[in-house]
Amino acid sequence: MPNFIDRRLNPKDKSLNNRQRFLRRARAELKRVVHQQIKSGKIVDVDVGHSVPFPVDGTSEPNFQPDRSSGRREHVLPGNKEFISGDRLPKPGQGGGTGAGKGAAAEGEMEDDFQFVLSREEVLDLFFEDLELPDMIKSSLKEAVAFKPRRAGFTIAGSPTNINVGRTMRNSFGRRIALRRPKLAEVDALAAEIARLEAKHAKPGTPAYERLAALRRELDILVRRRKVVAYIDPVDIRFNRFEPQPLPNANAVMFCLMDVSGSMGEREKDLAKRFFVLLHLFLKRRYDRIDIVFIRHTHQAHEVDEETFFGSTQSGGTVVSTALEEMQRIILDRYPSRDWNIYAAQASDGDNLSGDSEHCVSLLNNDIMKLCQYYAYVEILDERESAIFRSTDNGTSLWRSYRQVGENWRNFQMTRIAKPGDIYPVFRQLFAKQPTSARNG
Amino acid sequence: MSKSAGASELLFRGSDWSFDTLSRTYDAIKEIAIGDLGLDVYPNQLEIISSEQMLDAYSSNGMPLIYQHWSFGKHFVYEDYLYRKGRRGLAYEIVINSNPCIAYLMEENTMALQALVIAHASFGHNHFFKNNYLFKQWTDASAILDYMEFAKGYITRCEERHGLAAVESILDAAHTLMDQAVFRYRRPPRISSAKEQERVRERLEYEERIFSDLWRTLPLPKQSEGSTEAELEAQERKKALNLPEENLLYFLEKTSLILEPWEREILRIVRIVAQYFYPQRQTKVMNEGCATFVHYTIMNKLFDQGKISEGHLLEMLHSHSNVVFQPGFDDPRYSGLNPYAIGFAMMQDIERICMQPTAEDRDWFPEFAGNGDWRGTLIDAWANHRDESFLLQYLSPALIRKMRLFALDDEAKENHYKVSSIHNERGYEKVRSTLSKSYDIGMNQPNIQVVDVDLLGNRHLRLQHTARDGIVLNESTRDATLRHVRRLWGYDVSLVGVDASSGNVLYEVSTDKFTD
Repeated sequence: MPNFIDRRLNPKDKSLNNRQRFLRRARAELKRVVHQQIKSGKIVDVDVGHSVPFPVDGTSEPNFQPDRSSGRREHVLPGNKEFISGDRLPKPGQGGGTGAGKGAAAEGEMEDDFQFVLSREEVLDLFFEDLELPDMIKSSLKEAVAFKPRRAGFTIAGSPTNINVGRTMRNSFGRRIALRRPKLAEVDALAAEIARLEAKHAKPGTPAYERLAALRRELDILVRRRKVVAYIDPVDIRFNRFEPQPLPNANAVMFCLMDVSGSMGEREKDLAKRFFVLLHLFLKRRYDRIDIVFIRHTHQAHEVDEETFFGSTQSGGTVVSTALEEMQRIILDRYPSRDWNIYAAQASDGDNLSGDSEHCVSLLNNDIMKLCQYYAYVEILDERESAIFRSTDNGTSLWRSYRQVGENWRNFQMTRIAKPGDIYPVFRQLFAKQPTSARNG
Repeated sequence: MSKSAGASELLFRGSDWSFDTLSRTYDAIKEIAIGDLGLDVYPNQLEIISSEQMLDAYSSNGMPLIYQHWSFGKHFVYEDYLYRKGRRGLAYEIVINSNPCIAYLMEENTMALQALVIAHASFGHNHFFKNNYLFKQWTDASAILDYMEFAKGYITRCEERHGLAAVESILDAAHTLMDQAVFRYRRPPRISSAKEQERVRERLEYEERIFSDLWRTLPLPKQSEGSTEAELEAQERKKALNLPEENLLYFLEKTSLILEPWEREILRIVRIVAQYFYPQRQTKVMNEGCATFVHYTIMNKLFDQGKISEGHLLEMLHSHSNVVFQPGFDDPRYSGLNPYAIGFAMMQDIERICMQPTAEDRDWFPEFAGNGDWRGTLIDAWANHRDESFLLQYLSPALIRKMRLFALDDEAKENHYKVSSIHNERGYEKVRSTLSKSYDIGMNQPNIQVVDVDLLGNRHLRLQHTARDGIVLNESTRDATLRHVRRLWGYDVSLVGVDASSGNVLYEVSTDKFTD
């Protein structure tokens, strides 16, 4: 008799730890790939698993390997059909000539077409890495939507704690009536009758004896019937059914406004995109449904799709107020502020047509800020400029004008960013404000 | 126990297995394996696992427990990918050379497959592990699980004490040298977990005993005064180094000038794991051939006894023929000689030669042709050979003809292969010896040895690669590996390639010329 051990219930993910070590090892390369994918992908796609090519840098395991392009070897192969000794066969892939390709190709092949999937958490970890988010915020951003179980009828399967006794007994009762299960009282009465007759000791052949035998048969049937028709049968049992219901969440719309005139280069757009992605992640945590509206502007503004928004440049002057007007129009058109939480994020390099900034301020002060939950303005600077402007109040005309708006509205945030690490502070106040604004509202 | 229980009764019906049918089938198989075939096995332990656990086991070399390292994660990710894409199925079983012999059975297997696997792993492989001279000499089946437990615990403790990065860098470097971390000729001492722990404790104790904070305060010049003594000592040490040394990790563990005691212990762990797997790599054909032959014989016997039904036998034969399938060299499915195919064919061939030899067989195998005792002949072969010697002695002309084997000359510089011999009277010997040579690990792996250490000068470590048939090393992996050797040695390392036949120097590299 051998020793059998059932290991099926043992923990499965023995390799999980090693997998994480492997990812950590390949971190730099994976990070580059993920950022590349985020840069070229859509904002909403950041929040799902990514399939990435197998990382090669830093995960090679070298050892002393014979060089395939040198020396002389002998092979034995099966399945000879027509060769005789002395035959010469051309080598496959002769073009390679110098070789060295063979070994490398075999290994490269494995890694080329080999994509593996990073989970959502792993992707976000990589994405957050140089945004310098505090851990607490990271975990709250990664948090999944909360569900609350809600009673929803009955079901025939479930855990014993959820048995609905009333419903189960009702079914049992109905079934017992339908199948005519004898009651205990009937059986008792019959038994008593039998006992009474037995006490008389009737002789065989007399009617009393016949009756006793008939009663015994009847009792037998009743007892068997009680056994066959159970008091509670598995088919009677009902469980309370619960359905996970997402916690009530309102809708949100996120406006992304960006200046796309010639002065906004690749770097500026990349920073702006990271900012938008972060805002989207944050909103996604709090709201069930989020619409994103992309508005780009030069001296005129248009609503565009995401690809155009990040992808193409336009030539022209810069009139910021056109974008604000477009946004206002869309809000009135499609997103009534009582149904929607409106968030806006504007990215610009600060250029504006002279005199237009004042118009922007009045638009914001009088109309838009009343509708918005939150308005974030990020000005994207050169690294060099940022050193000059960081501490002082002066800046571009747009910056100076917006400062007036910031004084009037607490939910208006403005900041200058020059590198990814600057993005987070914009959010800090948004997160910090949450409890107070909830109390006020 | 089921000796008298109706000989014609089926052991199981249907395809589902239960512990009851497993145990009944095991007993029936055991009766044939021990009673009829005369196998000698370790006690068996059969563990049922799920497919996820099988994947886990894959990535840790099939060991039930192993220390943590990212490279196992890498293999896991890769295996997982292949499996999920459907490019590769999972093995039906994994068997571990330990006492008791542990075999993993997948829960998805049908009962017929489980029976096949029990016969294959728990009796075929098990017998081979217990009796083959290589395994007997080089591995200690009763200690390996304890040792792995110790290794895992030790490395975890090192990670806690010295940090993940430090341990990882040592393991990385040690792993690159795993192929050069075995004793090929010398017999290693037996390991036992208790002794091992004792040794570690002593090492630490010694360290603590000789520690004196005073040494730190000594002014430097005074230390160099005793240089003549140091010189003598170094000379003596060099003599004691026992050069040349083929086991690089062993040498580094004992001699490296910069490693901490715990780092040496980690090198030792890696080296022992490498040594443990070394016999398996030398006996692929025999090991699989033995196991496949055993399961094939047992299954047919069970069928003859009426213990398994026709349908189940067909299912087993289907799996069996998948395993021993050998496509021809020009078939798109061809990926080298299948060790199961050639191993199984040879075992059957030996049985045939023992029972019904032809004149040719009598000519080639006078020692055992027609001796009528195929069981004894096979058991003797399994015990006393490795692949290389087994092929050289037992591969018959009949089988060479049957598999239509031919030998190919591959001169890297030429644009043509040359067919050097085929399955004819003139070619048998040559095909046989060529095939045997291709299974000799010692011949196929680069032979790299430590030849000299300049302990008095710049502490340069000199390695020598003896290149056979002009086969040099792949340069990029060679240099990367040398960097790891330097990491372990602490000073520069050079490698000289010397042609085995002419003694000419083929190449020379040294880490002090590397740019990074």
